[in-house]
Amino acid sequence: MQLSRNRKRGALQGRIVHWLFFACAAMSVITTFGIVASLLRESLGFFGEIPVWEFLFGTTWSPILKDAEGNRHYGVLPLVSGTLLVASIAAAVAVPAGLAIAIYLSEYAPDKVRRLIKPILEVLAGIPTVVYGYFALTFVTPLLRSIPIQVFREDLIVYNALSAGLVMGLMIIPMVSSLSEDAMVAVPRSLRHAAYALGGTRLEVSLRIVVPAAFSGIVASFILAFSRAIGETMLVTIAAGATPRLTFNPIESIQTMTAFIVQLAHGETPHGSLEYNTIFAVGLLLFAFTLGMNVLGHFLVRRFREEY
Amino acid sequence: MTTTEATATDTTLSVTGLDMYYGSFRALRDINLEVTRNSVTALIGPSGSGKSTLLRCFNRMNDLIPGARVEGQVLFNGEDIYHPSIDPTEIRLRVGMVFQKPNPFPKSIYDNVAFGLRINGFRGNMDEAVERSLRRAALWDEVKDRLKASGLTLSGGQQQRLCIARAVAVQPDVILMDEPASALDPISTLAIEDLMRELSRDYTIVVVTHNMQQAARVSDWTAFMTMGEDRAGYLVEVGDTHQIFTNPRDERTEGYITGRFG
Repeated sequence: MQLSRNRKRGALQGRIVHWLFFACAAMSVITTFGIVASLLRESLGFFGEIPVWEFLFGTTWSPILKDAEGNRHYGVLPLVSGTLLVASIAAAVAVPAGLAIAIYLSEYAPDKVRRLIKPILEVLAGIPTVVYGYFALTFVTPLLRSIPIQVFREDLIVYNALSAGLVMGLMIIPMVSSLSEDAMVAVPRSLRHAAYALGGTRLEVSLRIVVPAAFSGIVASFILAFSRAIGETMLVTIAAGATPRLTFNPIESIQTMTAFIVQLAHGETPHGSLEYNTIFAVGLLLFAFTLGMNVLGHFLVRRFREEY
Repeated sequence: MTTTEATATDTTLSVTGLDMYYGSFRALRDINLEVTRNSVTALIGPSGSGKSTLLRCFNRMNDLIPGARVEGQVLFNGEDIYHPSIDPTEIRLRVGMVFQKPNPFPKSIYDNVAFGLRINGFRGNMDEAVERSLRRAALWDEVKDRLKASGLTLSGGQQQRLCIARAVAVQPDVILMDEPASALDPISTLAIEDLMRELSRDYTIVVVTHNMQQAARVSDWTAFMTMGEDRAGYLVEVGDTHQIFTNPRDERTEGYITGRFG
């Protein structure tokens, strides 16, 4: 038997495969640039009429409805405050819970329990966000209103930032826990052994050795989850309301940047009008936020990286 | 170091009829051993003879492995360390350990040494305790100007001495060393060996080594282990290091130290 290959054909195949894979990789880059370019182009029309500072620092957002004097207002801060309010509530839920779950799974749970819990967490991550939205609106909000404290029983609005934020926190827990756990599992066993050999308890080894050693990965998980919370759309559209309001009071109805975009995209706003272009201005700002979070995340990861 | 040679007060660790299992697999069979206070005891033997496993029985590190189980008795200063009322973290505080591969924490040199003291509620002058420990490990002069630098910036030999300083800091009675020089260059190895001799004046040292010259150089007592047909490790012979290397009683010991097997 003789082994031979058609070298010419092999080389051609290699080149085709190379370019095919390159094209796939290039696609994602091109798409990103395309999105940024279209955001910039469309929002240019908006910023041609509304000054950037009025947009960024104005405290009233009312681009569709006119006020009593017949003016529209294009100050985006109410949308920003709504977005940050909901995302902060979500982070307040997801960071401690996600970290605790990650520590439990990585340092405490027996193999059997870990194998049971991890898929369940992944299911949690796979639930459509519209389901979370109605869960917040029809379950969590009534639950909160059944608490016999005046703030909840009487003052809590049906559409409110609190229940949307709480449920969003629930939604992003798997993101925090799974990424943090990966980072903690990657900490070498030898470090744990060294700490146990010095008389460390499991809790001391977890909190003083494993968590600090995995800190960059843990911070990255926080940032990614927060970024996800900022960009989340469906849940807040359903449960948080449609009232742009510059407030950090969680029991009020608010509107997030994403929910505004949805609301306007549904409406009958004519294509190319100033109202329509607000979508792109808000979208650009949203993009800047998530980009900023990612840059911050990379910076923190590098700053706190511990080599082992 | 048979019981006739060592009186009870000279004995730090006393092992009687120890069997050790990983699940259903028996890793150690019927170990009987006395470890003399303030001396160096070397555990030698071929790979798989259970030297490291035995070493980890002395500070209950095997507890961390699911399914690991010990039968028999290990007395530490007369106290049964496997008694249900004993907290393993208490044992590990008094029986320190240095590992095969240097494993400093990804923290500063200072924090590496201070770690054990901090978690064990040390109230005293931390700076002094850190300096004292680093001096004990013959590392102080090399690191005194960069205590805030990461322990990982040190060379391999320095890292291992840092790990020794870390172990010494909590002032244990016993220091277990699991092939502490096997990952190091010859010069660093000699430094570690000198350190073992030096430390044995105040500490009881048990060292696992593959290197027979090392065992001959540093130890006062030598225990030779091998494994049986069932792959369970057992102790063949224990004695004065000089006697083991010049006039072993058992022909398996002689075969191993003269290089006929293992």
